[in-house]
Amino acid sequence: MAGSVLEIKDLHVSIEDKEILKGVNLTIKSGEFHAVMGPNGTGKSTLASAIMGHPKYEVTGGSITLDGEDVLEMEVDERARAGLFLAMQYPSEISGVTNADFLRSSINARREEGDEISLMKFIKEMDEAMDFLEMDKNMAQRYLNEGFSGGEKKRNEILQLLMMKAEIGILDEIDSGLDIDALKVVAKGINKLRDENFGCLIITHYQRLLNYIEPDFVHVMMQGRVVKSGGSELSQRLEAEGYDWIKKELNIEDETINA
Amino acid sequence: MTVETKQPYNDEYISRFSSSRNEPEWMKELRQQALSQSESLDMPKPDKTGIKNWDFDTYVHEVEGEKISALGSLPASVAALIDADNAPNLYIQRNNSAAYLALSEKWSEQGVIFTDIFTALQQHGDLVKRFYMKDAVNIDEDRLTALHAALMNGGVFVYVPKNVVVDEPLQTIFWQEDDKVASFNHILIVAEANSAVTYVENSVSHNADQATFANVVTEVIAGDNANVSYGAVDNYAAGTTVYAKRRGVAYRDARIDWAIGQMNDGNTISEHITHLIGDNSGSEAKSVVVGRGKQIQNFTTNIIHFGKNSVGSILSHGVMKDQASSVFNGIGKIEHGASKSDATQETRVLMLSQGARGDANPILLIDEDDVVAGHAASVGRVDPLQLYYLMSRGITKHEAERLIIHGFLAPVVNQLPIETVKNQLTQVIEGKVN
Ligand SMILES: Nc1ncnc2c1ncn2[C@@H]1O[C@H](COP(=O)(O)OP(=O)(O)OP(=O)(O)O)[C@@H](O)[C@H]1O
Ligand SMILES: [Mg+2]
Repeated sequence: MAGSVLEIKDLHVSIEDKEILKGVNLTIKSGEFHAVMGPNGTGKSTLASAIMGHPKYEVTGGSITLDGEDVLEMEVDERARAGLFLAMQYPSEISGVTNADFLRSSINARREEGDEISLMKFIKEMDEAMDFLEMDKNMAQRYLNEGFSGGEKKRNEILQLLMMKAEIGILDEIDSGLDIDALKVVAKGINKLRDENFGCLIITHYQRLLNYIEPDFVHVMMQGRVVKSGGSELSQRLEAEGYDWIKKELNIEDETINA
Repeated sequence: MTVETKQPYNDEYISRFSSSRNEPEWMKELRQQALSQSESLDMPKPDKTGIKNWDFDTYVHEVEGEKISALGSLPASVAALIDADNAPNLYIQRNNSAAYLALSEKWSEQGVIFTDIFTALQQHGDLVKRFYMKDAVNIDEDRLTALHAALMNGGVFVYVPKNVVVDEPLQTIFWQEDDKVASFNHILIVAEANSAVTYVENSVSHNADQATFANVVTEVIAGDNANVSYGAVDNYAAGTTVYAKRRGVAYRDARIDWAIGQMNDGNTISEHITHLIGDNSGSEAKSVVVGRGKQIQNFTTNIIHFGKNSVGSILSHGVMKDQASSVFNGIGKIEHGASKSDATQETRVLMLSQGARGDANPILLIDEDDVVAGHAASVGRVDPLQLYYLMSRGITKHEAERLIIHGFLAPVVNQLPIETVKNQLTQVIEGKVN
């Protein structure tokens, strides 16, 4: 594919009748890395969840399209097969389903019937990806995320991202709970995907991740909107000065969605 | 109060049947006495399940089955259970006939007995008599159990002498080829002190419409420090009403571990009790259930601790779809004196449709202070967040549900020791949940 575009326009999202996103605009093209930052509770995970189609979030206005196709019309699995991938802030644990079986099902889900990946090829690719992410091979046969430590879960999300060959990746706090070494490994995984066919939206609170993965664009969310966008210098300033200057600049007193 | 049932087989019939099978005199008398007891005994009363309208009376008591000369000639449904190239210890009962038997010489040389119940009665009558409906199941527990004793028409006897460790599974297949034939199978497994055995059993029938009855009793006796691993897949078709009693007795340092796939399609009462008699004895009772259609089922799993430091754990996972309804009674009972014992249980029921019903009743009955006990029970639907997670990787909803259900049943499926049986259970589950 010559590159994809994920376009979010004036997105309004509610959860249990409470409006959380109040008009988000964002465009992510393949080849671009975007960082989304912002204080707690300002709608970052809500944005990620709405893009993927989380059952609890209701889109009440606006649009999301991927290469012109209406994403909001698609079921969750269709969105994934269209090329979207969300590394979740809190991945589910699924007992009795091995990580390997799950991965293979996921890969095959994006392939045509009759064109499933061979077991040999799958194992080879999984081994390589696990080596690259410095993961213990036993993780492949463990049940999906069950009993994984916080950091192991994050690494496992990146393992999936590496193997699934998505067009647009959305990473929700992939760096939370990671030690320094793990952070480097995860960043290495994400950087490996950096090419003109892959676009990425990275939700994070910390510049330290962005030191490893330099974003092309940085956006700040407050009150359920993107209130400021810039280049990588924006995140550096946030790291140094916090959010107060933005609030002052934009005349925001309460940055939460309740404002 | 007794329920009137029109028991079609009388004393004269039973006497003739016993003679035709060349049974020892004691067995004939046991049958006749059991028949007369059955007339005054009550029907079983499974907790929370009414069985008044169940059909326990329609069946044919004896149908012969042809011998099986080559495993290759079996129909697919039976062949799928067997690894034909590697089945050194295999018994197949076809209707009420012993159709195929193999026992590796290395075991028979060491005194291991693995044979159909009638041959066992003829050749090892005294041994069978020592255990048959004595320490595990009593004839007069209820009317159906007495009827079982009176009408027992098949089964298998496993005997492992002292200190013999059988490190290959012994596999039994009860194949009810005839749609009308009843299974009054009796499975008697005796493992003497310091012995070990793994036994795996499949029951299959295909009578989707034709009514019949399975009244099966399993007795497992584990002597001091013996180790019995028992796996079974019950797969009677919709026409069969099932009354299945499984009972284990574990003496000092003994273990009995159960892994049971309850895959019947008809109304089923399953009562499964393990007595931990000896100090340091232990048992794990794991079972999985898939209920569908209008099936009504009642599962009682009970581990009773008598010995000190005895450890029992019950794990039941059930999936209910359509209008199926099931009651799961899990009972951990610690008798006075069984100090330092540990009784845990977990019952989880997954509902796949609005009309399905599941009822989990965890019960702990504890008559001793110095013990550990715990239970967990839940009845719920497929977790929408799990579905979302799987679907977010492109997996269709249907496939995601399939993965979650198989995962849910995996703790028991994975425990089955024969690969073909495991695979076949996976396939049965597949067929039932789709
Ligand atoms: N079920 C719910 N009911 C009510 N409010 C909710 C619910 N779920 C989320 N919210 C609210 O929506 C707001 C946005 O939450 P969201 O998870 O998107 O924030 P976030 O920006 O990702 O925060 P963080 O940085 O802490 O991860 C929060 O105020 C949160 O409390
Ligand atoms: Mg968040």
